[in-house]
Amino acid sequence: MVTALSEVPQKTLEILEPWRGRKGFLIPVLQAVQHTFGYVPKEAIEVVSREMKMPTAEIYGVVTFYAQFHLNPRGRHIIRVCRGTACHVRGSLKLLDKVKEMLKVEENGTTEDLRYTLEPVACLGACGLAPVMMIDEDTHGRLVPDKLGAIMDQYV
Amino acid sequence: MPTYRSHVLVCGGTGCIAGGSALVQARMKEELAKKGLDKEVLVVQTGCHGMCELGPILVVYPEGTFYTRVQPEDAAEIVEEHLYKGRVVERLLYRPSEKLESVKHYNELPFYAKQNRIALRNCGYINPDNIEEYIARDGYQAMGKVLLEMTPDDVISEIKKSGLRGRGGGGFPTGMKWEFCKKSVSDKKYTICNADEGDPGAFMDRSILEGDPHSVLEGMAIGAYAMGADEGYIYCRAEYPLAIKRLKAAIAQAESYGLLGRNIMGTNFSFELHIKEGAGAFVCGEETALMASIEGERGMPRPRPPFPANKGLWGKPSNINNVETWANVNPIILKGGDWYASMGTEKSKGTKVFALTGKVKNTGLVEVPMGITIREIIFDLGGGIIDDKKFKAAQIGGPSGGCLTEEHLDLPVSYESLTAAGAIMGSGGLVIMDEDTCMVDVAKFFLEFTQAESCGKCVPCREGTKQMLLTLQRITSGKGTMEDLDKLEELAVMVKESSLCGLGQTAPNPVLTTLRYFRDEYEAHIKDKKCPAKACSGLIQYLVSPDLCRKCGLCAKNCPVNCISGDRQTPYVIDQSRCIKCGTCLEVCPFKAIRKE
Repeated sequence: MVTALSEVPQKTLEILEPWRGRKGFLIPVLQAVQHTFGYVPKEAIEVVSREMKMPTAEIYGVVTFYAQFHLNPRGRHIIRVCRGTACHVRGSLKLLDKVKEMLKVEENGTTEDLRYTLEPVACLGACGLAPVMMIDEDTHGRLVPDKLGAIMDQYV
Repeated sequence: MPTYRSHVLVCGGTGCIAGGSALVQARMKEELAKKGLDKEVLVVQTGCHGMCELGPILVVYPEGTFYTRVQPEDAAEIVEEHLYKGRVVERLLYRPSEKLESVKHYNELPFYAKQNRIALRNCGYINPDNIEEYIARDGYQAMGKVLLEMTPDDVISEIKKSGLRGRGGGGFPTGMKWEFCKKSVSDKKYTICNADEGDPGAFMDRSILEGDPHSVLEGMAIGAYAMGADEGYIYCRAEYPLAIKRLKAAIAQAESYGLLGRNIMGTNFSFELHIKEGAGAFVCGEETALMASIEGERGMPRPRPPFPANKGLWGKPSNINNVETWANVNPIILKGGDWYASMGTEKSKGTKVFALTGKVKNTGLVEVPMGITIREIIFDLGGGIIDDKKFKAAQIGGPSGGCLTEEHLDLPVSYESLTAAGAIMGSGGLVIMDEDTCMVDVAKFFLEFTQAESCGKCVPCREGTKQMLLTLQRITSGKGTMEDLDKLEELAVMVKESSLCGLGQTAPNPVLTTLRYFRDEYEAHIKDKKCPAKACSGLIQYLVSPDLCRKCGLCAKNCPVNCISGDRQTPYVIDQSRCIKCGTCLEVCPFKAIRKE
């Protein structure tokens, strides 16, 4: 995920290559950009705009529409606290407050050491385990605030 | 193919994986190898069994012994006792309650006894990563029948006969939808699978994609043949990484077997399938928004008509169906439309998968015939309410749905009956609420969601949901007036009637049904400034009962805002002006001296 800003144009060109001349490329390209750099850097948007002959305004429109895309760098680990119905009924708000307090960040905020980014999400689809949170690709279920510390310590 | 005397099925659904089932599977293999049983017993990772509450789940066949909450440490005992000596490990069996006998077999569980698994037929039985296992359970046989023996019109008339309706929420008759698309004349058509399961509280599509991906591919190919399409898309939300991984593997396998791609089964029919990952927008579950998103644009709905059947993806005739709908196609073709139509009610045929969650004992996925009552689902399959508290409401259909109350418990479930009660079938999320749930808070919760997910294209939805939410926030913080209630209702009706797409047209449902059935709770928040369920933090107070307080000071020590004062001599007191109502003091007090009012 750590890529120097100077490498962004070159890497973006590589990402674009297989999509030239194909329709519906923008979202998969942005997903690849985000996956490579951890966010969507302004420099990458400029390259996409120039190469694919698409106004930057249109690209920004798409980036800001979807929750998955981010214009700023994010933490090494993404904590997603589920705020779906089943989790809500089983106390996910308390969980979210506890994580905020532990990390001293607000929703969608990133810790100063870039270790964690906290994101509430609408539903993780693991309602049978409510309340649930995901750290990166791992799902942690049946949580109580006291368990949080030990789980989060696993992600350095 | 080697044969095995026993099969050990370890659940690999998201719920069980979170519970550690991958490690259980690895340890089972190790232990079997240690005993030299690895040539006799096969360990298989399957999709979701549906009973997520009891995960990780492990089933031993041919007996069908059902082990629950299996931990990696239990692997040695299961191998030693059950697979080596042939004795069931009693302590890992499911016991419905202390008083009742433990249940040994899969089909004896009340949770499964009332189910009729058609869309979920293979979930939990087969290894989703192995196409051979799908084929062994009649997989791709329906496609063979369709391609070799049936005309596209035959297929459509069979689907029409079955009475299958869209399982994603709309409930539109599937056969008719296919017919519209077939009748559209074009050089190019698309079939699309809507796997953007965004409703909070629903996870049946995830389970099917993860547990039986081929059933969706086969259904889509059959649909494509009937409608004359040669290309398809599965639009899957990015929050389901495992589903995407299994779909990709399934498509690659089907292509290598000649079951997808060019000239399928040696016929003239070709069908190419792609996966599109969503990027996190609830509104993309709406069909026109979904197509805009596939095209790489902002996922905003378009006015209909033109309907997708005439002018859909890239302006070409397209058909969109939901995951569960596609999964029902194979059994209907093989067993016939009449068979499917023999289940259910007059207008709602077949079965429906519900995601049973919330304050119910057995959470998980259940597939039941239409016409079953809510009471049967909650109390027979779900085992009743946690801690035997009082049932208050069932929220059905997610943020687009509504709340049903005790008076609806004996209502037979169908598209029509739910709509008449002010709710909708929706995708089938069923969240159970008990006496501790505040219905005003629930309505506010759903509006927070829909308001945030409104795409902003049409004014009624964008501004209307915002104003409704502000009103609800006033009410739950004790600042509401009785005029607010009238205004809320008026706005809700306006948003419902004038929004462009399904999101806005259904967003007011949670508010309207709670107003209809729980008006007294709204009035208590406004007139008495009280939350009857003690859930709205703006209307509750935490108080120390001086007669119970032993002055230990634990509450003061744990209070995050240091608003509790007192010492060994003076009883502790909470400063209400600084209290953030987090409830920590109530949790830590060993003497129950803190009460919530």
